Amino acid sequence: MDLLFQLFQDYTLRTVALGAAALGIVSGTLGAYAVLRRQSLLGDAISHAALPGIVLAFLLTGSKSTLVLVLGAGVAGLIATLIVMTVTGVSRVPEDSALGIVLSVFFGFGLVLLTYVQKLPDARQAGLETFLFGQAATLLERDVIVIASLGAVALLAVLLFWKEFKLLSFDREFGATLGFPMRVIDVLLTTMLVLAIVIGLQTVGVVLMSAMVVAPAAAARQWTHGLGRMVVLSALFGGVAGLSGALASSSAPGVATGPAVVLAATAIVIVSLLFAPARGVAWRALERRRRRREIREDAVLLDLYALAAQHGMREHAHPADVLVAMRPGVGVEGSLDALAEHGYARRSGDRGWVLTKDGRTHARDLLDQERDRS
Amino acid sequence: MTDRLAIEVNDLTVAYREQPVLWDVDLEVPEGVLMAIVGPNGAGKTTMIKAILGLISPAAGQILVHGKPYRQQRRLVAYVPQRGTVDWDFPTSVLDVVMMGRYGALGWLRRPGRNERDAAMAALEMVGMEDLAHRQISQLSGGQQQRVFLARALVQDARVYLMDEPFQGVDARTERAIVGVLQELRAAGDTVVAVHHALQTVPEYFDWVTLLNVRRIAAGPVDEVFTEENLRLTYGGRVPFLSGNGGNGGDRGNGGESLGAVGAASDLAGERASHGNPAG
Repeated sequence: MDLLFQLFQDYTLRTVALGAAALGIVSGTLGAYAVLRRQSLLGDAISHAALPGIVLAFLLTGSKSTLVLVLGAGVAGLIATLIVMTVTGVSRVPEDSALGIVLSVFFGFGLVLLTYVQKLPDARQAGLETFLFGQAATLLERDVIVIASLGAVALLAVLLFWKEFKLLSFDREFGATLGFPMRVIDVLLTTMLVLAIVIGLQTVGVVLMSAMVVAPAAAARQWTHGLGRMVVLSALFGGVAGLSGALASSSAPGVATGPAVVLAATAIVIVSLLFAPARGVAWRALERRRRRREIREDAVLLDLYALAAQHGMREHAHPADVLVAMRPGVGVEGSLDALAEHGYARRSGDRGWVLTKDGRTHARDLLDQERDRS
Repeated sequence: MTDRLAIEVNDLTVAYREQPVLWDVDLEVPEGVLMAIVGPNGAGKTTMIKAILGLISPAAGQILVHGKPYRQQRRLVAYVPQRGTVDWDFPTSVLDVVMMGRYGALGWLRRPGRNERDAAMAALEMVGMEDLAHRQISQLSGGQQQRVFLARALVQDARVYLMDEPFQGVDARTERAIVGVLQELRAAGDTVVAVHHALQTVPEYFDWVTLLNVRRIAAGPVDEVFTEENLRLTYGGRVPFLSGNGGNGGDRGNGGESLGAVGAASDLAGERASHGNPAG
């Protein structure tokens, strides 16, 4: 509550929160496509490959303005992407290997440059190293303006080319037969992904930025079956993760923003993986248990029906022990109680069980269904 | 059927990593016929379709659709890919996928609206899937997936339909639905070219056939060229259905599969060469 109050009062905190939320929304949106196109690793490669671009941009211009550094990061990220595409196109190197190689080479080169820059006898370079793990506290209003306007370009592209991006993600070859230049659309979408990544680097850092691409989308996929809803939900999750991570790191001095943001995103993913309806682990486990219980109950019901049939359908009580003997070790007693609850069977005398009229009807239905299936 | 050609292919050669997948193939498909392309695995059947569609650039050759290069006639051609080529867990609905068939006519930026929706519903009705329009595509059976792809091609309102194994692993109901659609298309004067595996159904479903094994072995009306000798030339001597049990009875799905397997055995080298390449 106190934090919320500060959010409205404290100018710095408000700037940080706005910037982090904006970058989360953008990376969540573009991340949805990356995840659906199975390009999660590409996000990782782009963000790592951006590091040398950032340092080189500083070395060439002597400026640490966000726009300059983001531009450098973007160029490096695009070059890395093009190298990956070319290598997989002309050689037999599989895409994941190409991504791994490009990621480590670019990142290694970036670290070398960073070490070199830090030894320069000039204090202006101070702060470049925060691009490794991110530092939301360094966000200024003009940074947020850069993040928001570049992010708006990416969001606008998704909105305008909604149909084209969907076609690319679902069935690229079919799109080509319709006459769309799928390579151009691919480059466009990938460029927007690069944009979404580089605007987050100052806040989240090159090492962990890919989590902001993958995590919100992976979580959103659990909750919905429509592309539109998935993209919106992914943007929302990204925004929430960015916002809460930035606030956590700003209120606890010394905590880098990247890890805090990633922890927030991870929490969303875990909750989604466990509890989302239909796809969530917990939901599916419950569903499985419910089905198993039903199958056991049906089996006991059919046993009772078979026994009744052997005794000429008379209302003859059968001891539970007989039923247990027919199906050892599956909790027959519990199933009998459940059947009684449904009104399919009732107790008769001491440990005896009888099918009710409903029970006999239900058993006949089950047998009919089984006949239809076979 | 008219005397005009729906598709004309001249000297088509496609190579994949120095391996010829199609070698100097000529093909003339008259307008208004239902044509099957048959041949063993690795014979280049899929490659042939993809080359006609411009998805693969050939090493040599010329392709005309209704007398003009394919690029000028794209609107006349609809494509039904193998259903295994997409991720069916993609978050979208049946209706949405079918509407994609209208994207080409819509062009850039414009969104599908009521017209596209109506066209998609009509196509779904043609394939018997109108009740499943709002179903998630992840919940479809294989046969339903195949019918969705067919409906997506139908909304393109094309004159030439290229289908890659439309009967592959589908249930009896889907097979009947597809055959019904093929006959409707023929009645409307449209042309269908389909890669087909179940040899015993070729005479029943198609009136024209191309036998392909890297080279064109034979092409023409089924009753003229679908002969035992041509099949032996295509499959390398082992064609089980001609000597085996009667063609028209029994379970066609299984029959088709076993034939495919024999085709593979008879052309192991070809199959190995084609593994993981577009000829598959």
